[in-house]
Amino acid sequence: MIEFRMPSLGADMESGFLREWRVKPGDPIKRGDIIAEVETQKGIIEIEVFDEGTIGELLIKIDEKVPVGALMAYIIANGTSPEPSKPKLIDEKKETEQGRTRDRIPAPRIPIHTVKASPLAKRIALEKGIDITKLKGSGPNGAITRQDVEKASTGEGEMTAEKAKPAASAASIRLAVAAAMSKSNREIPHYYLSTKIDMSRALGWLTDANKQRSVKDRLLPVVLLLKAVAKALVTVPDLNAWWQDGLQRKTEIHIGFVVALRTGGIIVPAIHDAANKTLDDLMKSLTDIIPRARALRLRSSELADSTITVTNLGEEGVETVFGVIYPPQVALVGFGGIQEQPWAEKGMLDVRPVLTATLAADHRATDGSTGTQFLTALKNFLQNPEQL
Amino acid sequence: MSATPNVMRVTYREAIRQAIREALMKDERTFLMGEDVGRYGGAFAVSKGLLEEFGPERIMDTPLSESGFVGAGIGAAMGGMRPIVEVMTVNFSLLALDQIANNAATLLHMTGGQVNVPVVIRMSSGIGRQLAAQHSHSWEPLFAHIPGLKVLSVGTHEDARGMLLTALLDPDPVILFEYTSMLNLEAEIPSGSGAIDITRAKVRRQGKDISLITYGAGVYKALEAAAELASAGIDTEVVDLRVLRPLDEDAIAASVSKTHRALIVEDAWRSVSISSEISARIMERSFYDLDAPVRRLCGLEVPIPYPKHLEDASIPQQQQIVSAIRNIFQHD
Amino acid sequence: MQQEVLNNKDIAVTREQGKRLLHQMILIRRFEEKAAELYTKGKIRGFLHLYIGEEAVAVGVMNALTPEDNVLCTYREHGQALARGVDPGAIMAEMYGKQEGCSHGRGGSMHLFDTKSRFYGGNAIVAGHLPLAVGLALSDKKMKRNRITCCFFGEGAAAEGEFHEAMNLAALWKVPLLFVCENNQYAMGTAIRYTHAVTDLEKRGPGYGITTASADGMDAIAMLTAATHAADQVRKTGLPYFLVCNTYRFRAHSMFDAELYREKSEVEEWKKRDPIMLLSAFLKDKKFLMDTDLKEEESLVETQVQNAVAFAEAGTWEPLETLTKFVYSEKE
Repeated sequence: MIEFRMPSLGADMESGFLREWRVKPGDPIKRGDIIAEVETQKGIIEIEVFDEGTIGELLIKIDEKVPVGALMAYIIANGTSPEPSKPKLIDEKKETEQGRTRDRIPAPRIPIHTVKASPLAKRIALEKGIDITKLKGSGPNGAITRQDVEKASTGEGEMTAEKAKPAASAASIRLAVAAAMSKSNREIPHYYLSTKIDMSRALGWLTDANKQRSVKDRLLPVVLLLKAVAKALVTVPDLNAWWQDGLQRKTEIHIGFVVALRTGGIIVPAIHDAANKTLDDLMKSLTDIIPRARALRLRSSELADSTITVTNLGEEGVETVFGVIYPPQVALVGFGGIQEQPWAEKGMLDVRPVLTATLAADHRATDGSTGTQFLTALKNFLQNPEQL
Repeated sequence: MSATPNVMRVTYREAIRQAIREALMKDERTFLMGEDVGRYGGAFAVSKGLLEEFGPERIMDTPLSESGFVGAGIGAAMGGMRPIVEVMTVNFSLLALDQIANNAATLLHMTGGQVNVPVVIRMSSGIGRQLAAQHSHSWEPLFAHIPGLKVLSVGTHEDARGMLLTALLDPDPVILFEYTSMLNLEAEIPSGSGAIDITRAKVRRQGKDISLITYGAGVYKALEAAAELASAGIDTEVVDLRVLRPLDEDAIAASVSKTHRALIVEDAWRSVSISSEISARIMERSFYDLDAPVRRLCGLEVPIPYPKHLEDASIPQQQQIVSAIRNIFQHD
Repeated sequence: MQQEVLNNKDIAVTREQGKRLLHQMILIRRFEEKAAELYTKGKIRGFLHLYIGEEAVAVGVMNALTPEDNVLCTYREHGQALARGVDPGAIMAEMYGKQEGCSHGRGGSMHLFDTKSRFYGGNAIVAGHLPLAVGLALSDKKMKRNRITCCFFGEGAAAEGEFHEAMNLAALWKVPLLFVCENNQYAMGTAIRYTHAVTDLEKRGPGYGITTASADGMDAIAMLTAATHAADQVRKTGLPYFLVCNTYRFRAHSMFDAELYREKSEVEEWKKRDPIMLLSAFLKDKKFLMDTDLKEEESLVETQVQNAVAFAEAGTWEPLETLTKFVYSEKE
């Protein structure tokens, strides 16, 4: 008998509400099947199984709140018979205790140990920074093999289908933000650095660049900011990381972009692999993701993958942002508005469009010198926009 | 008649006999003792003709006293001789297990390095001649369990010709497993064949897709299976362990790190076997090289029965090796 | 090949011989008494089998051998080792488990080995060393060395298959081997009448065509006489010889033995023929020994024992790094 438990879909996920069982006892299932829908603070997420067999018993009722790690169902493995359900009560008891324990000790963000993959595949995935949970296995019993990981790393990989889901209500989003920010403030010793950047060359370059583009393809200044952040992170990779049992650098740069919701609260979709996207691609990503975010129709990967957060409050008329890091990330970059200011250079006074960029960083992970390197690189890219 | 002058065609039996002859000619301290090795010519005719050539002092018939004459062989080795003790079949070796495990294997260590036991004990082994339960044992795992012994498995003609000679040069007790079912098998070996390394496993066939690890009677079966698999596009590497103690762990790790998959094949019973040991070592050392679980094909855990069809079904056959490997690759 | 009847007066014992026997017996007695004491203090662990009461056998036989001869013993071998001339300090250190011990501390009380004095243990599987003795003697015969092998064992071993195999092989192969059976009446705690259908062990030898005699194992002079004759026979004929020595162990089988199997009165009866007492009386009778000499012996032995203990105490423990040394020979 295989136990199916409430998966941990993120470090900040503590529990979820079961909204739908997609299966009933006796249904055959295979690895990768969606068997339930669970509403989390981040929205409704489809829950997949990693085992093969038949659904034995569903233990959770619709709309019940289920802590991470709690037993949800029994699956009868192929070729076995269902065991007597007697010891179940005891199991459940143990379960709630385990659930509580997990509340205190967050499960790893990528539950790699529950994925059926060969040790070699796991090793390569780790080396290449590939999230193995997203791969479909072609090996024995659906196990992920070296070949699957290597294909994925070259972009040929078959990812498990991810359907956009209507996301959570405004209230639950408020709660999610509250939980994440409380955790951040409780656990992360922040340090802050800021710098002023002369944006005259960047804006000039942008005007020229937009001359060749149709109206709908025009680039916004925020795209330059995102690209500059991504490129600066390539040179200072310690800030593109998660803090989980120590600093875990991430190979790919997924920028979480803060989107304010009209109903209140924020949502932070990830712009995947920002360093390798062109400015036009980034623009497309933004125009795709912002409306979806506001409609709460994001993919779970877009909610979970960010390796750094960028918040741009320029439109709100703010000059300087002191951000709160989104755990388990280790940095947040804040941009204020681009405002004309007096600017002294080479003994001359001038008026320039000036941007204040701030870095909030986790002092457990990095020190001020790392942050300084980052801001310097960021400034350099924005003052030499042709390098973007 | 051999086509090439530097290659000779010999049976496995002839290769062993040549090795014994060479050993007797090379070293006055060497003699062969065992049941029916002299006047009878060896239970399997391996030592036929040697009594006439070397005389009864060098080719000693023994009574049916396995513990007695194996112990005497150990004692003679302590006294400076280089005896070859033949235990007619591995099945009788248990009668001498006390001598092998309690004396040969312990003396060097127990005496703080004072007493060497340079004895070579040959045992005829193997399954497949309808000899039923008491005469079809695969005791390689049993002997390979004992520190102090060196345990060799003679899986090829080259080794039949060479292993004994090197074993006789070894200062420690060496157990040689020979395989009755291979005695009549002919193969070509270099005509200058002789003493050969006895510390390393050997890759008998290079391959990149899977390591087929085996020993003894499994080696030729594995090579034939590999040839069949090659036509199906599966490139099998055949590793002949050769030395069952101390194991050549490096060779196993090297092969697995190349192929990322392993199938271990042996006639011995599955539980607490050589393959269990190899599997554990792969897990300990090469876990992150594995792209598939280690698989094993072993003897079925029954006393080996007499009827041919049941006997055949008791041990891994070539076709099972082929389909086991196919299964590893067919899962899409 | 038959039983010989020996006469005590066959040998003329000199004063020096007599005093040497006495000295060795007192050394064995006091050394073992000390060992028993040290055992209770935890300095010596494992099994400790004391020889007290049987000293006449060891000293009688050892003094009939040359330094070139091989000696193999049981696990009750402190007496033989001391009589053979193995350094008492090295023996005590061995019992302590110190690396200065005669077996590097690896063996302990049951495995005293000293190849310098051709002393091959210290063998703790009952009768397991008899085939080794056959082999050593065989190697001497084959290598044409002027040497005999002397193998001690108890009457318990005469019930083992290896005893019968070894007797047969030794006679069959005509090897120079002196079998010395120390019949101390008990195989651990079971009296000979409960373990042998025929308790006259000397009847066993002729069955294998081996000349056999028995001797009074409580009488050192009788033992010296019988053993000298036996060793001479082996040396002269190159054939095995079987000497049965009737003796008695005064102390328990080992340190942890409640002696439920025998009456105190039986022990007291045998103690009336304490071998040290008998030899002292004999030597005094011959005017070879004065009371003052005896006191001098005792104090000499006391110093020897003290020195042995001091040597063992000062000995060192083998470092863990070399624990696996000597499982196999090191390459040169």
